[in-house]
Amino acid sequence: MQRIGVFVCHCGTNIAATVDVKKVVEMALHEPGVVHAEDYAYMCSEAGQELIHKAIKEKHLTGLVVCSCSPRMHETTFRNAAEKAGLNPYMVEIANIREHCSWIHKDIEEATEKAVILMRAAVAKVNLDAPLKPGESRVTKRALVIGGGIAGIQTALDIAEAGYPVDIVEKTPSIGGRMSQLDKTFPTLDCSSCILTPKMGEVNAHPLINIYTYSEVESVSGFVGDFTVEIRKKARSVDMNKCTGCGVCQEKCPSKKTPSEFNRGLNTRSAIYTPFAQAVPNVPVIDRDACIKFKTGKCGICSKVCQAGAIDYDQIDEIVTEKYGAIVVATGFDMIKLDKYDEYAYSQSKDVITSLELERIMNAAGPTGGHLERLSDGKAPKEMVFIQCVGSRCADNRGKSYCSKICCMYTAKHAMLIRDKYPDTNVTVFYIDVRTPGKNFDEFYRRAVEDYGVNYIKGQVGKVIPQPNGKLLVQGADLLDNKQILKEADMVVLAAAIEPNPDVRKIATMLTASIDTNNFLTEAHAKLRPVESPTAGIFLSGVCQGPKDIPETVSQAGAAAVKAIGLLAKDKLLTNPCTAHSDELLCNGCSQCANVCPYGAITYEDKEVNDHGVRETRRIAVVNDALCQGCGACTVTCPSGAMDLQGFSNRQILAEVDAICR
Amino acid sequence: MKTEHSRAEMIKEISGVNPLKCMKCGKCSASCPSYNEMDIKPHQFVSYVINEDIESLVKSKSLWKCLSCFACVERCPRDVKPGKLIDAARQIVVRERGKNYLLADDIPELIDPDTPQQLLVSALRRYRR
Repeated sequence: MQRIGVFVCHCGTNIAATVDVKKVVEMALHEPGVVHAEDYAYMCSEAGQELIHKAIKEKHLTGLVVCSCSPRMHETTFRNAAEKAGLNPYMVEIANIREHCSWIHKDIEEATEKAVILMRAAVAKVNLDAPLKPGESRVTKRALVIGGGIAGIQTALDIAEAGYPVDIVEKTPSIGGRMSQLDKTFPTLDCSSCILTPKMGEVNAHPLINIYTYSEVESVSGFVGDFTVEIRKKARSVDMNKCTGCGVCQEKCPSKKTPSEFNRGLNTRSAIYTPFAQAVPNVPVIDRDACIKFKTGKCGICSKVCQAGAIDYDQIDEIVTEKYGAIVVATGFDMIKLDKYDEYAYSQSKDVITSLELERIMNAAGPTGGHLERLSDGKAPKEMVFIQCVGSRCADNRGKSYCSKICCMYTAKHAMLIRDKYPDTNVTVFYIDVRTPGKNFDEFYRRAVEDYGVNYIKGQVGKVIPQPNGKLLVQGADLLDNKQILKEADMVVLAAAIEPNPDVRKIATMLTASIDTNNFLTEAHAKLRPVESPTAGIFLSGVCQGPKDIPETVSQAGAAAVKAIGLLAKDKLLTNPCTAHSDELLCNGCSQCANVCPYGAITYEDKEVNDHGVRETRRIAVVNDALCQGCGACTVTCPSGAMDLQGFSNRQILAEVDAICR
Repeated sequence: MKTEHSRAEMIKEISGVNPLKCMKCGKCSASCPSYNEMDIKPHQFVSYVINEDIESLVKSKSLWKCLSCFACVERCPRDVKPGKLIDAARQIVVRERGKNYLLADDIPELIDPDTPQQLLVSALRRYRR
């Protein structure tokens, strides 16, 4: 028989204002096994923990029930307090009488009744608790960063600076990501590549960082501290060790008609290419779908002109298998497709462009050499219209429900840069709200209005109508002046919503990391654990977690690195002892548990069992303790009741239900 | 005569629109071909319903200037659809009048089978006053 102590917390007035805590204490003393019960204002305080310590010692308690807040808040606190007093920490149960009771009820009588019932269930569970001991697992001191944009670069640098080796896996031929496509950055207007290129160089030169470009994560297995990852290095068709990066192959390549991904399809590239001049590594790849040699077998010009003999048409994809202790996801974003927004005429006119396309047009290395010009006729625009919130903040099925966060600021930036460089070009911005929370952000936007004369109009655009004379007729509303506006523009720029990189779904599935309805990776706690995935050992960096600008991305990248370093610095991890196990005599080998296990922790073995004197070999489920996260999906699926979860056994849960229904 | 509150509730019920979803972007007014003819502008329909000033709405010129082209319904990013609100306000006028000018059974013979149903219903509400 257990000797149970019940401790009821007031949580100031959080609980005590709605629940009669004295009544809960009184009722607890009638419960089987309970030898001690008391209440206190703040059980989690030093003084409260001291009460628990004293009671354990004096009353020789073997189990505790703490009626307080959610176990997410203070389960660890009370388990540690119990351990200090010599009790097994898994002999502590929390009855959540705050979030599940006092906060959601108003009537004191009803809330007290519910608190008593919750206490009773917890007592019933403790009566069947058994001491548990966590196991240990080792930590591989190497980190994997998926994505080589500014988020991945910063995370990799920070982890490597702490002395741990890092591998970056980047899908495209070069690291750099979206930031490498930008011309200038807000709110200081410094050139994006000027600040990014040194970081790319640093990553490339760092002795502890290894970059896999033109590579993708193929599979992930294992668990926190001990992941095994297969990386597919796609055939580059160019020998990384021999290539000098001279660029002659790209000049001579006769196949030059492929739309350039880097320039958002505004111009074309050769079949053998590096995405941009500062690419890291500065080694081209052959796009086999565009290469004449691969399509027809004839050509081979790149091979002939390459002085270094680096071209290798026979290269094949290579799979690298590596072990990691921590994985950081930094897969970034893309702009949404605008095919559902026909009213803005994006598909009808070359002069309706997205903001990212404008970045490339404004960039000296872009398709127009940095000259602002209409893509239809090359003329300089005199009237420019920017449309905000295209596909952001939508409640319909066309767009995204969230605010993309960066558009207000980059539009102010574009408007300012254009007014600065081309003073006789008028710039009009149609906005719904201008959102500028950030250091020096609102001042930046006000400068666009006050110093650069950008015309901001509160109201959305209804339609953009291409005119026979090549102009674009913009029909919008001015809600403050209460009038409808018809404006002839030369160019229209759409601030399209951003969305997580479409590949992130596949990656999240491999990592068993959870993802929200917008495909953003979910953090373990929205406020207190914003850079960790609920899946242990997986960390989040950059826009894959939610829209953010560069300063925020860099901050979060550093935070994700710190969390990864905190993990890598440990030699061993304690594993959760609340894992599933199967009863060999009850298991019928049906495989249903293995099918529902999200962690791949269940395998089947042919085992010899002794079933009441009958020896026979049976196919039986075996749980890998290190992989099992204790979710309990298998225990409820198992048709024969063979699967049971330590610390949450079927008997315990039924005892709780019985106690509640008593 | 119903109260303004119950008329506002009726407009919400008939239209199926929750006017509180509006974020005041003005895309409806930007899209409206009859904008200049209207005294109450499409984006204002929403606040008239929220503020339960239905009397002004049903007395407005806008009520009968709306062409039911549904550009605002099509483009509204917040699923508020002012065109549906104004259509519901018209229904209220019609219902209060309590008369039917045509019997339902007479209608099928009068219409071209290619005419979209929605257009037909809106047109009937508009022109039978």
